[in-house]
Amino acid sequence: MGVVTLTIDNKEVKAKEEMTVLEAAQSAGIDIPTLCHHEKLEPYTACRLCMVEVESRGRVKLDTACSSPVKENMVVRTKTEDIIKIRRTLLELMLSHAPDSRELQALVKEYGADKDRFEKEASFCIHCGLCVRYCAEVKKKSAVGFINSGVRREISFVPEIASKECWNCKECFELCPTEALQTAYLFTVAQISDSPSFELESEK
Amino acid sequence: MAQIKSPEELEKVRQGILSGRDPSKPSISVCAGSACLASGAAEVIAAFKAEIKKQGLEADVDTKGAGCPGFCERGPVVVIYPEEICYLQVKPEDVSEIVSSTIKEKKVIDRLLYVDPSTGEKAVHEYDIPFYKKQMRLVIGDNIKIDPKSIDDYLAVGGYSALGKVIRSMTPDQVIEEVSKSNLRGRSGSGFPAGFKWESCRKSEGEPKYIICNCHEGDPGAFADRRLLEATPHTVLEGMIIGCYAIGAAEGYIFVGDEFPQTVENARLAIKQAEEYGFLGKNILGSDFDLTIKVYIDGGGYVLGESSSLMASMEGKIGEPRTKYDHATDRGLWAKPTVLNNLQTWVNVPLIINQGADSFSKIGTEESTGTRVFSLTGKVNNIGMVEVPMGMTFREIVFDIGGGIRGNKKFKALQAGGPMGGFIPENLLDLQVDYEEMKKAGLAMGPGLIVADENTCIVDMVKYYLTFLANESCGKCTPCRDGLRHMLKIMNRITEGRGQKGDLELLEILSEVQKSAALCALGQGASDPLRASLKHFRDEYEAHIEEKRCPAGVCKVLSTALNI
Amino acid sequence: MDNDRIDQIIDKHQGEASSLIQVLLEIQRENSWLPKEILERVSEKLQVSLAQIQHTATFYKAFRLVPKGRHEIHICNGTSCHVRGAQGVIDTVQDLIGIRPGQTDLDSKFTLETCNCLGRCALGPVIEIEGKTHSKMSPAEAKDVIKKYE
Repeated sequence: MGVVTLTIDNKEVKAKEEMTVLEAAQSAGIDIPTLCHHEKLEPYTACRLCMVEVESRGRVKLDTACSSPVKENMVVRTKTEDIIKIRRTLLELMLSHAPDSRELQALVKEYGADKDRFEKEASFCIHCGLCVRYCAEVKKKSAVGFINSGVRREISFVPEIASKECWNCKECFELCPTEALQTAYLFTVAQISDSPSFELESEK
Repeated sequence: MAQIKSPEELEKVRQGILSGRDPSKPSISVCAGSACLASGAAEVIAAFKAEIKKQGLEADVDTKGAGCPGFCERGPVVVIYPEEICYLQVKPEDVSEIVSSTIKEKKVIDRLLYVDPSTGEKAVHEYDIPFYKKQMRLVIGDNIKIDPKSIDDYLAVGGYSALGKVIRSMTPDQVIEEVSKSNLRGRSGSGFPAGFKWESCRKSEGEPKYIICNCHEGDPGAFADRRLLEATPHTVLEGMIIGCYAIGAAEGYIFVGDEFPQTVENARLAIKQAEEYGFLGKNILGSDFDLTIKVYIDGGGYVLGESSSLMASMEGKIGEPRTKYDHATDRGLWAKPTVLNNLQTWVNVPLIINQGADSFSKIGTEESTGTRVFSLTGKVNNIGMVEVPMGMTFREIVFDIGGGIRGNKKFKALQAGGPMGGFIPENLLDLQVDYEEMKKAGLAMGPGLIVADENTCIVDMVKYYLTFLANESCGKCTPCRDGLRHMLKIMNRITEGRGQKGDLELLEILSEVQKSAALCALGQGASDPLRASLKHFRDEYEAHIEEKRCPAGVCKVLSTALNI
Repeated sequence: MDNDRIDQIIDKHQGEASSLIQVLLEIQRENSWLPKEILERVSEKLQVSLAQIQHTATFYKAFRLVPKGRHEIHICNGTSCHVRGAQGVIDTVQDLIGIRPGQTDLDSKFTLETCNCLGRCALGPVIEIEGKTHSKMSPAEAKDVIKKYE
């Protein structure tokens, strides 16, 4: 495997050519915030917190560090004014779901985010998909999945599978940056004990 | 029908069809497009057939349900050949008189003609009607002559001659060169040069190669692509077949939803007929070129218009866009080289081959060549499907072709490009249909043009688009999903009279972050109508927020609030 | 719909997991909606997780997870119909039959759907019931039309 040289925040970094910008930055001790990223899982590029400015072959664009492959002579800037603004707004959007999330709180100060900027939401879920993807990709059980699209998208356990698999696993619980997952699970458990059948969301 | 074995045989078959048809024989074409059918075209066709039988004219007069010529406003549309007399809003009650007077006695019935509302002048022929006069109907002009269910009708107007020419005398590289020279650009809105895309795919090493005709058209209020497929399915097929020949693809798909059943029915029938005639299948027109084309019914959802989402859904997955580091021409459908072009891109291909690239590239502007088919709708007098040369101004489209605003109201804006498009206010109406000009004005070249008048509330219209997108986004990434969620909340607040100081600034920040941080083109474009409206119609927002007033009287809570 | 018929449809698509959407569309074309038992059967036969089937069936707009009523009301909510007053028509019909788009009423009399563009913009606002197009609807006219259906 070859090695490429790139510049991240003015620092020369050598990285293996199969690495992502995020991995290269981490190897050089440069911190890029992430939420939906997990090293055991495929890049997901959904939370967008890891967005960085990437300059390669004369083209400058914003891209997610968790998915962007490193290239020779690439120049990466991880904390431009635009990026800070993007991260701040993204955090504020997520805080409307989970104002007390510790992972979000840890970033609030650094980015000057205001947790009350947007109206509060009923659901804690910030749709990082860690539970869904971990269960499918690592545990191969798919006991929890997404349903619906757009603003109605949410996580949903499949009761038949959850009742068999989850009690002894619960590995996804600690991945969840908010309390959404546990709430959804407890809700499912309550449902299963009420009735053996599951109801799918009927509304689109 | 035995399969046609060579381009020469194709010409013989065509001559056979033509010699069996007497051009002086009276023929009645009734538009059987979905809009005319909804206004009663099927009953009109049935009435013609019954009347002709009653009068014993079955051998002397042909009647057909034809493809949509575009003038939906005055449907059902009837054209009588050979005189090309055009009757509008024809009812079954009119039929016996048409047969007795016009067919038998060659008399024109005045009351069924188009009357120019400004001059009072009557128009006997299609080409006399102002709606058609300024159009350049290279793609849709023959629609009314053709029954979309008849491949012979298509052959009679020269159909598949471009395919014959390609098989007879052109190499795949020559076809690509011709398409490149024509400067045909993607009609999806991106404006990406089709020839370049084809060439990249041809050169790509992967096999097999695929092509997809995108007829998804999820825009609310746009129907041009699906109407074209319904009206002239063989033109679409011919373009695709030529494209596959050039690219070296052995499989093609038409990606279309089934909310217009007739569109799918006509496309499927056309494929079957093309197979029977030897335009699809093995050894097309005796060459060593094999091809299958299938209709792929999409599961529904606006986001499927995004290329990676479209391909994911064709692979049976959730149609969520993904971050792309490869071109689809290298790794597309099933990770194989794929050309995805809009339906309106494919329909231009036979034209380019027949006319030659030089003649095609003379139409339109230097950078945007050819014509563009739009559905023109909203508060305009002549609603319908229109084909205009690139370079025409939107003012000409709205006022000359569209006949101006309904009920003599005042024009407010033209919405172009749908939920990811923008607004053209009165002072910018001289903008041309041109990729670069439109891009500069923040507009996308979508298939729908919607006219808003003084009674349309722009704030309400933007809220409508945001509501649409909040449902239709895949919901994967934060800036798109939660950005839309909160933009919509703010818009609801504003239209319900609870708008606050600072709301517009908040909307601007959300839209800015969404534009730069969203994962796919849908998210990046989702707030374009909002941004355009804040630029051109900020006063309407301010009236809602500061004066708690909806100037157009649309936002219900506000208008009632005033009455109390 | 019995399992044999479901299996037939799946076999037609060579039992490929990638044909999930086409299989569900075809089943729905015959059965008019997708009950849970059918989804379970498809999951088992195509070897696609129930979680993914749940997502697919709720992600794509064509799928229905509730039975349809005797009369399907489609109201066009395309932009052209919208600027011509479709929202008022939708609100009125919703109030009259007591359900929202995507729902079927408790008596299984009506299913209400809105669509993005029926392509009949010259006739808007448009309501389509059982293939019949009702054109240029005002809220009051829409009420009269719906009341005719039993």
